[in-house]
Amino acid sequence: MKLSESFSLAIRTIVSRKMRTFLTMLGIIIGVMAVIVIVGLGNGMQNYIRESFADLGTNTLTAMVMGRGSSRSVSVDQMYEIASDHADKFDALSPTVSLSDTVRIGDKTPDETTVTGVSEDYFGMKDYEISSGRGIWYSDVMGRGKVCVIGEYLANTYFDGSPIGQTLRIGANRFTIVGVMAAETDDVDEGGTDDCIFLPYSTAARISYTGTITSFTYTLKDENEAETGKTIIENALYLIFEDSNAYTVISNSEILDTMNSMVNMIIYVLAGIAAISLVVGGIGIMNIMLVSVTERTQEIGIRKALGAKERYIMQQFVMEAATTSALGGALGIAGGYLVSAVATKVITAVLDTAITVAPTMGAVALAFGVSAGIGIAFGYLPAKKAAQLNPIDALHYD
Amino acid sequence: MEQALIEFQNVCKTYVMGDATVRAADQISFQIGRGEFVAIVGKSGSGKSTCMNIIGCLDIPTSGNYLLNGHNVGQMNKNELAAIRNKMLGFVFQQYNLLPKLSLLENVEIPLMYAGVAREERKQRAKTALEQVGLGDKLRNRPNQLSGGQQQRVSIARALVGRPAVILADEPTGALDSRTSREVLQMLKDVHAAGNTVVLITHDNSIAMQAQRIIRLEDGCVVYDGDAHEPEAVVQPRAAGTGGNP
Repeated sequence: MKLSESFSLAIRTIVSRKMRTFLTMLGIIIGVMAVIVIVGLGNGMQNYIRESFADLGTNTLTAMVMGRGSSRSVSVDQMYEIASDHADKFDALSPTVSLSDTVRIGDKTPDETTVTGVSEDYFGMKDYEISSGRGIWYSDVMGRGKVCVIGEYLANTYFDGSPIGQTLRIGANRFTIVGVMAAETDDVDEGGTDDCIFLPYSTAARISYTGTITSFTYTLKDENEAETGKTIIENALYLIFEDSNAYTVISNSEILDTMNSMVNMIIYVLAGIAAISLVVGGIGIMNIMLVSVTERTQEIGIRKALGAKERYIMQQFVMEAATTSALGGALGIAGGYLVSAVATKVITAVLDTAITVAPTMGAVALAFGVSAGIGIAFGYLPAKKAAQLNPIDALHYD
Repeated sequence: MEQALIEFQNVCKTYVMGDATVRAADQISFQIGRGEFVAIVGKSGSGKSTCMNIIGCLDIPTSGNYLLNGHNVGQMNKNELAAIRNKMLGFVFQQYNLLPKLSLLENVEIPLMYAGVAREERKQRAKTALEQVGLGDKLRNRPNQLSGGQQQRVSIARALVGRPAVILADEPTGALDSRTSREVLQMLKDVHAAGNTVVLITHDNSIAMQAQRIIRLEDGCVVYDGDAHEPEAVVQPRAAGTGGNP
């Protein structure tokens, strides 16, 4: 007997007992659905993290210099030297100085605006675009110019979109706006990436509380060489300070890797728990198949009397279990996609973050394969029982 | 002499039931030739069901030999038995034993399916068989839409469709009224007339007399084997002293 014959027999049996088949499948449906949604959620989280880091730049290294006591520090020139000594590795460098002074625009004080002192290369390093006016120039840095570039949010909210030439105050200093940074994000909000002010780092260092520059951002030519770049900077700083506690070099791609592997671990654990329900579903199938074998003892007897070999009976029942299970898997996949779509909407609405629950093809294929496999594995025992029935007993069974 | 189609050589069958051993068939020997119409008759417990199971290759003898068309069935494994049932035997059961969820056509196709006959040919042959028993217009019906007599005709069609060497009918009229019984018996006679070997298992003398030859069993032994029209065929032999009516 061909497999296709067993398959069409299985379909007939399934169709003739829709309700029971559905209930039998339910465990598999839920299991597959759970696996797909959880893996999809993990996938969505990873994408979200990756995108967040892409904004920061995975080719970026940040060196934080705490110094050693007050006696030893590092000059901006020394940091630039590190980059120029390894010009094959490093692309650009910008000291960064964060200011927490109050920003005043006219009589208003936007209080979530980030104020950062940067070099003339900073915009290029971050892929920020200037939508009008100009960026920070080398001459601004050298001359400690009181100029600034503002983000789209400030330009739109406080200057009606035409801020060039106007002024704002940071702490006690008045700055002239020379450029506007093009919107980086789709939603230009208060406190977002576009609620920002950039000024020359030299100016920022002067007006800052400490007056020193402690943070340096490097970009790499090749983002896969984050580890090498990190070592180069660390070695150079060690030569200066002779103390590894005096500085920290953070690699964004390293953080991304760490976070990814953490998310992965959580997802694997959750998917593993969901997979248990697949096994429970398989046991449900086995249970119903055993009942079915008892109910159909007479049919089995008739088939055997008419010449069905044991392996044909076996094949019929295993095929039935596998088809039931695979069908459950297919419904679970459909359900998984549905729940993923709903979950994406709910997360977007409730958490206000754009995490897309995206099922991966790998997870879908695996879930389907596992569910079909479970049908075969758990259908084996009932099928064996059916195949070994004595035809005489089976014929006279009522 | 030509090789007999069915040959029992001192066939014994014992069943163990708890502590007791029941001898259901005790040294039974007979031969049935090609084209015969034989009734195996006996009361309940006479061993006729055991005989039927052995002839039908559903069971094997405890001792002795059963040769079907020269093959020693006693030495076959389950798969070989299944194959020989499929090729050599056509069953007609008392309770028809049709599969209720399948159409008549599909029911009749079953033996051919297990014989590996291709789908199209299978359908064609099943259709022809159903036409032969006068149910050519009900191919798509389900068994429960038919009367008992009609269902038994389907079962005969199913028995014939694989062109087996032996048609084995186990109490084929047991569940039917006398009129439909006569129809079914006539059909079996027609099947025989068409050249088939028919073995009829029954407890009913009047049914058995429709055959050419009667093998009467009592307590697992053959007590009569001969022409169905001899008076001894249906009369309980007093001489045996066991089981007969006083």
